[in-house]
Amino acid sequence: MSSSVTILDRLNVLDRRWIFLAMALAVAAPILLGIGSDESPSPPTKRLFDRLEELPEGSRILMAIDFDPNSAAELSPMALAFTRHCCLRRHKIYFVTTWGTGVPLLDATIKTVVQSEFGRGDRPYQYGIDYVNLGFVAGDAVAISQLTSDIRKARSQDMQGTSLDSLPVMNDVVSLQDMQLLITPSAGFPGAKEWVQYAGTPYKIPLAAGCTGVQSTQLFPYYPDQLVGLVTGIRGANEYESMLASKYPVPYAEMSKRPASLRGGPQRWAHRLMISLIVLGNAIHFANRYRRSSHS
Amino acid sequence: MEITQRCREGRIPRCRNSGRRMGLLLAFLLITMIVCKGAVFAADAKPVNEGSGAGQEKAVAWFDFEKTSFALLTVAICGTVIICTELARRGKPFYVRPIAGLRAMEEAVGRATEMGKPMLFVPGIEDIKEIDTVAGLMILSNVARMAAEYDTPLEVPTSRTLVMTAAREAVQAAAIAAGRPDYYNEDRVYYVTEEQFGYVASVCGWMNREKPAACFFLGKFFAESLILAETGNAVGAIQIAGTAETTQLPFFVAACDYTLLGEELFAASAYLSGEPAQLGMLKGQDFGKLAAMVLVLAGCALATWDSISPRVKTSDGQNGSRRTQWITDTVLKGG
Amino acid sequence: MSKTVPVIIASLVGFLMIFAFFSPQLLWLRQTAEDWFAIITTIAMIYGGLTLCFHHLKKISDSEAGWGFSAVTLLAFGVTVIVGMLKIGVVPETARNLNHPWSGPFLQEGGAFWWIYQYLFSPVVSTMFALLAFYVASAAFRAFRAKNVEAILLLVTALIVLLGQTKDREITTLFLPAMTDGSTSYLPIADLTEFIRKTIVTSGQRAIMIGVALGVVATSLRILLGLDRSYLGGDE
Repeated sequence: MSSSVTILDRLNVLDRRWIFLAMALAVAAPILLGIGSDESPSPPTKRLFDRLEELPEGSRILMAIDFDPNSAAELSPMALAFTRHCCLRRHKIYFVTTWGTGVPLLDATIKTVVQSEFGRGDRPYQYGIDYVNLGFVAGDAVAISQLTSDIRKARSQDMQGTSLDSLPVMNDVVSLQDMQLLITPSAGFPGAKEWVQYAGTPYKIPLAAGCTGVQSTQLFPYYPDQLVGLVTGIRGANEYESMLASKYPVPYAEMSKRPASLRGGPQRWAHRLMISLIVLGNAIHFANRYRRSSHS
Repeated sequence: MEITQRCREGRIPRCRNSGRRMGLLLAFLLITMIVCKGAVFAADAKPVNEGSGAGQEKAVAWFDFEKTSFALLTVAICGTVIICTELARRGKPFYVRPIAGLRAMEEAVGRATEMGKPMLFVPGIEDIKEIDTVAGLMILSNVARMAAEYDTPLEVPTSRTLVMTAAREAVQAAAIAAGRPDYYNEDRVYYVTEEQFGYVASVCGWMNREKPAACFFLGKFFAESLILAETGNAVGAIQIAGTAETTQLPFFVAACDYTLLGEELFAASAYLSGEPAQLGMLKGQDFGKLAAMVLVLAGCALATWDSISPRVKTSDGQNGSRRTQWITDTVLKGG
Repeated sequence: MSKTVPVIIASLVGFLMIFAFFSPQLLWLRQTAEDWFAIITTIAMIYGGLTLCFHHLKKISDSEAGWGFSAVTLLAFGVTVIVGMLKIGVVPETARNLNHPWSGPFLQEGGAFWWIYQYLFSPVVSTMFALLAFYVASAAFRAFRAKNVEAILLLVTALIVLLGQTKDREITTLFLPAMTDGSTSYLPIADLTEFIRKTIVTSGQRAIMIGVALGVVATSLRILLGLDRSYLGGDE
């Protein structure tokens, strides 16, 4: 009896650092052991996947990398997956960012996917012909508005300082209205909401978004009318990677090419820990109530 | 007449008296600018087709008729708010529901005074162009006045320079208003960084070192909300938060003692001032909500009617357009 | 007077933005106001940098608690500003400039600025963001307790959404018989999660957003009409 009272008392004043330690273990162990997790696709993710599949080869896709290192852990895997899918379908990709701190992440996406995976072989992806890096466009929402009316007004040169007029990929492209699809993995302001408000809805340009888990409730009202697809957090990226793996098993079934699936394991264990903590918290609460009532 | 009398008695701030002058000045400046620009437009206007000699001028509309319904809605809401303000000013009593978080502010300041510990005020991480930040600064003014009266230190780290400048003004004026000009210390209202998590690191570090007795998080917040609130909780501070960012409200609710939900953040300054005119504005807001409720119900009824009634078939056998289409086209798109 | 002029400016620009929204003729005025804001913000940035330096130098000179952090801040600030302003670049690829080792593009991989971003800025901010996982766990442990009916509703909803967010939702199907068509029957945890998110959360959020929008209108009017000057420190 006395020992159970002692445990309850200890739990009542549980140092939160024990919870931090438990969370560290729940996340670190699956990472170290390489435990991943698949996800079955949800309709908002599948709709984007299907849209990219349906578009004819050579369609123009704008990829707006609107996030910074803060949320790269959550959004970078989906940016890689979207880019991979575009390359597999041989679409023309127009990379851009409205975040100043997003430029290195944009470069990393191009380097990891377009240059490393699709830059060689029979039909390599060539800069200026198959893709272009428009870089950072300053002005937040105004920048999106400018791109929608005239890309060259917002940026007359690409990231390397080459005039857009001298790049074949920019032939016949005046504004975002010439794109077949806009995709934006985005973390905050300006982000998916601004792309809906200033580009997608007013000009009826098909738009799909990726967002952090927290933002999903804010963006769900736009799906399916204003957003053709919505990929949320690591789970959404995992769903996308799983679809990519089943459609293109070589080489995308390999876990090394699936960062979101690898993060699915730690996420799953972290969720399990949180559920356990909630249950434990309530057990403590009811034990305290029982103790108070039995004392009185 | 009565207003002038009350102004003389010092019951109404000077802004009432200067309001008319200010309005006139504003109108004059606006008209001057428009006239000047009109002249520039006229001078710049070139014939579109010089060959024809017709000389059509560049036509830029004075009013965007696509926004008619939005303009009417703006006028209706603003009008209701102004009418309620005027009624309140004339002495009509309005009931404003009590907000627990605002009543707890004085308690928080008192607690910090008793414990001899400082307080922290974070006016969000966005710039002064965001109305949430302005609302936070309005509340800062009231909190600083209370803090000055009790001589309790108030730390205000900001993530934008313009916010720092405005916060310094607010705290200094509050100290003067409280009759304690010596209370104001410029070093307590300072700029940290615009980088979201750099700012959080600095503020949380200060909280862990100084162990404030009360923390106020009022403004625009993003992912940093939970880190700030949990750190405040860990150091045992009484915490009052408020934001209009719906995604961050659950975090504040979970970790803070009191949370101002959405509109309550904007009502706070009026509520704390206790001025009838400002409280009247809150009532105007309530009428706006009533109108929104009626519109939502009407919309639901129309959508239900549209979905349950048989659809007219077109000549090719397809279903015709939605019965509610005319509302979307005529009312919502402004004609 | 010191408060009247800012109020006039705020009112003038504020009303202008409203009128310009409805009148294409006034669009240039709106754009001018936006340009001015950009200019003021840029100047304020320089002022912010100076304030930051003075604030931390004072802390160091007074040997206040935590002055060491101020020294680190100043050092980091100084190095980043110097590297950024001098645009210290990588070794250029063209033969003509090989003798000028730092004259290449300064944002390119391998450059000093890139190095600061990649190895200092990026890991530090990612770490701060990752702290959220720990704080979420401790907040969940403390906040989700079945103290009353509302708390029980919150608790049950949280458990459903948490379960529905991972593949663990499928565990709930294991003890149920298979459907007649052979597919696995399951408890609709995923559907419930979607229902909560799409219907309950969205409707609640929209209600709050309508309230916020009206609050913004009322607060803006208070500021534009000069009724509330507390953001400027009051009426003095």
